[in-house]
Amino acid sequence: MTALELSGRRPVLRLPRLLDGISYYTVTGLREHERQHGPLPAWGRGGRQRPDRLIDLVERSGLTGRGGAGFPTGRKMRSVATGAGKAVVVANGAEGEPASCKDRLLLTRLPHLVLDGITLAASAVRASAAYLCVHGRETDLLASLEYAVAERAAAGLDPVPIQLAGIPGRYVSSEQSAIVQYLNGGPGKPTFSPPSTHERGVNGRPTLVNNVETLAHLALIARHGDRWFRGIGLPSAPGSALVTVSGAVGRPGVYEIAQGTPLGQVVMMAGGPVERLQALLVGGYFGAWLPAEVAWKVPMCQAGLRAAGGSMGAGLVIVLPDSSCALAETARVVRYLAGETAGQCGPCMFGLPALADAVTDLAYTGGRGRGIDEIASLVPLIEGRGACRHPDGATQLVRSALWAFEADARWHDHRGPCAGVRRAPLLPVPGDEGDWLGGEDEWWPGGDDGDWPGAGDAVPGYGQGTWR
Amino acid sequence: MSISLHGPGLWYATRAAGLVSLLLLTVSVLLGVLTAGRFSTERWPRFLTAGLHRNLSLLVLVFLALHVSTTVLDSYVSIPVTAVFVPFISAYKTFWLGLGTVAADLLLALLVTSLVRNRIGLRSWRRVHWLAYACWPIGLAHGLGIGTDRDTTWVFALTICCASMVAAAATWRLVTTARAGAR
Amino acid sequence: MGYELRVNPIACTGHGLCAELLPEIIELDPWGYPILMSATVPGGLVMHAKRAAATCPTLALLLDRSEDRRR
Repeated sequence: MTALELSGRRPVLRLPRLLDGISYYTVTGLREHERQHGPLPAWGRGGRQRPDRLIDLVERSGLTGRGGAGFPTGRKMRSVATGAGKAVVVANGAEGEPASCKDRLLLTRLPHLVLDGITLAASAVRASAAYLCVHGRETDLLASLEYAVAERAAAGLDPVPIQLAGIPGRYVSSEQSAIVQYLNGGPGKPTFSPPSTHERGVNGRPTLVNNVETLAHLALIARHGDRWFRGIGLPSAPGSALVTVSGAVGRPGVYEIAQGTPLGQVVMMAGGPVERLQALLVGGYFGAWLPAEVAWKVPMCQAGLRAAGGSMGAGLVIVLPDSSCALAETARVVRYLAGETAGQCGPCMFGLPALADAVTDLAYTGGRGRGIDEIASLVPLIEGRGACRHPDGATQLVRSALWAFEADARWHDHRGPCAGVRRAPLLPVPGDEGDWLGGEDEWWPGGDDGDWPGAGDAVPGYGQGTWR
Repeated sequence: MSISLHGPGLWYATRAAGLVSLLLLTVSVLLGVLTAGRFSTERWPRFLTAGLHRNLSLLVLVFLALHVSTTVLDSYVSIPVTAVFVPFISAYKTFWLGLGTVAADLLLALLVTSLVRNRIGLRSWRRVHWLAYACWPIGLAHGLGIGTDRDTTWVFALTICCASMVAAAATWRLVTTARAGAR
Repeated sequence: MGYELRVNPIACTGHGLCAELLPEIIELDPWGYPILMSATVPGGLVMHAKRAAATCPTLALLLDRSEDRRR
């Protein structure tokens, strides 16, 4: 019998799973974590269990990446395990998406879930090195993670030591190939040529790059099995996922949902819209706008969102109220993305600022009747012509805005800006605003903000509090 | 070498080939700077600059070979064949001749790396190619220092012309690169 | 057994020689960077494509044989 079974705890099928037992005020230490979820399975302690069995387990569970791409994790692990050379595991906790906080939540409150996942992944692919990457300027976070790693080392866990790495804070630096390049001593910009990171990544070795949430799920799958994981969610999109709900909702925060939950239900979990709903931005800044009529029933999973013209992305849902101007919000985001190019590829370096100009013009000036055409002519000049997906994400956002807000766009094009452009900005854009996270904003349902590492730092916030 | 040739013919051939080499090399350097500086007009496309730069550089090799072979064959002064590739080993005007050898070696390196550019990769090629800015002045110094035509006014004037053109081009390139880097 | 063209967008700095040498397939966008109108090179243009790839100052234009492409 495993220690878990001995303790009489049977894994339950319902939510919350990752967020079960999370503390609002402090980080969950190692002992608390083991009491909550059980000790680290034998795989993670250099046990004699065959690591391939863990990969089989992950494959059967249907876990997909939670960083945005949604690639089947088991398949990724298998290709890294069978690669040439000793593997490397890289956990991506950088969370470049300004409005997303789920990775930050995991790292600041439940680090041992993530660290368990890293160790298990390292044993599964027989890695000899493991890294956990966060943004380099997050010194408090790095300190708290160092403490957690030391705790585990003292307890004899983690046969492969987990090294913490602070990577550049740019949006593109949290992209897979950029992180690998940074760990290889480069500047942290996306790279062009094949082979891909899972064949030759850090130091030319097969590298497994996973989002920290994916690894957290792995930590629980290794304890409770694939059937448990599939107990909620959809057959095509099993398990739970963390989503960050923000914008004009009653309780913005990070929520754990069963995959496939309709977007409307997700918004209601977060307190419901505080104003009449205009649209939802789903996925992230590389995601898509879904108008209210369409959005409410769309199931939140990769397939469902794709069918509606969006994608799961980083699990973001931003609620746009009627009083906001979607074009103005889009313009600000595109302006931000234009400033975040790595500056390596011409079409992105020059095209995104031009696109930002065009969208800003349509939103704030307009009236000349050619705004939409200008944007439409720029998009194909930018899409697919960069080394990474950064320009594609921006064009995807603009395209979805022109589709979802076609009537508004036409109005702007012929009549000029609407009243909504004067409304306080909603979507967080780093460097644009001063203080985002005041004391009133909340991280998760019902809880108070309290004093925890990172509070008051420049973390992405939402809900400027102007409509409460 | 057992062949022993005399006569002013070889002597003039050497000097002529050397001068032409220098002229062609000067033009090649200028074209190289223009290529990097993306020069073009309506009638003069960029591939013309790049293509001429390549072809003229290869032509320099032809005239250099002529210059070197006539020098070695001429028995008026004894210059061993090895001195063609190894600098500073000839008895005759060791230093100035040696400079010529250095310039020739550099030119060979430039040409060979350029011909196999897609095999060695851009970074290695670029690092070697900076040596062009060493090759040209060393060749020029060899020409001036070797002293054979120092008193001929038109040769001297021509040399000064070449020097000022390359100096101007190099300065322009430095300035534009610095400005681009600062941006 | 054909040839395929692609551009390394990081290496490319917009010199534009490729568009001069292969105007049938390559056009320049408003910022001077190449747009490939087609990825495959028709037989008659292969020589020109090879020359364009060799002339690129930053070796950003890549010409591969179709079977060699690892994807």
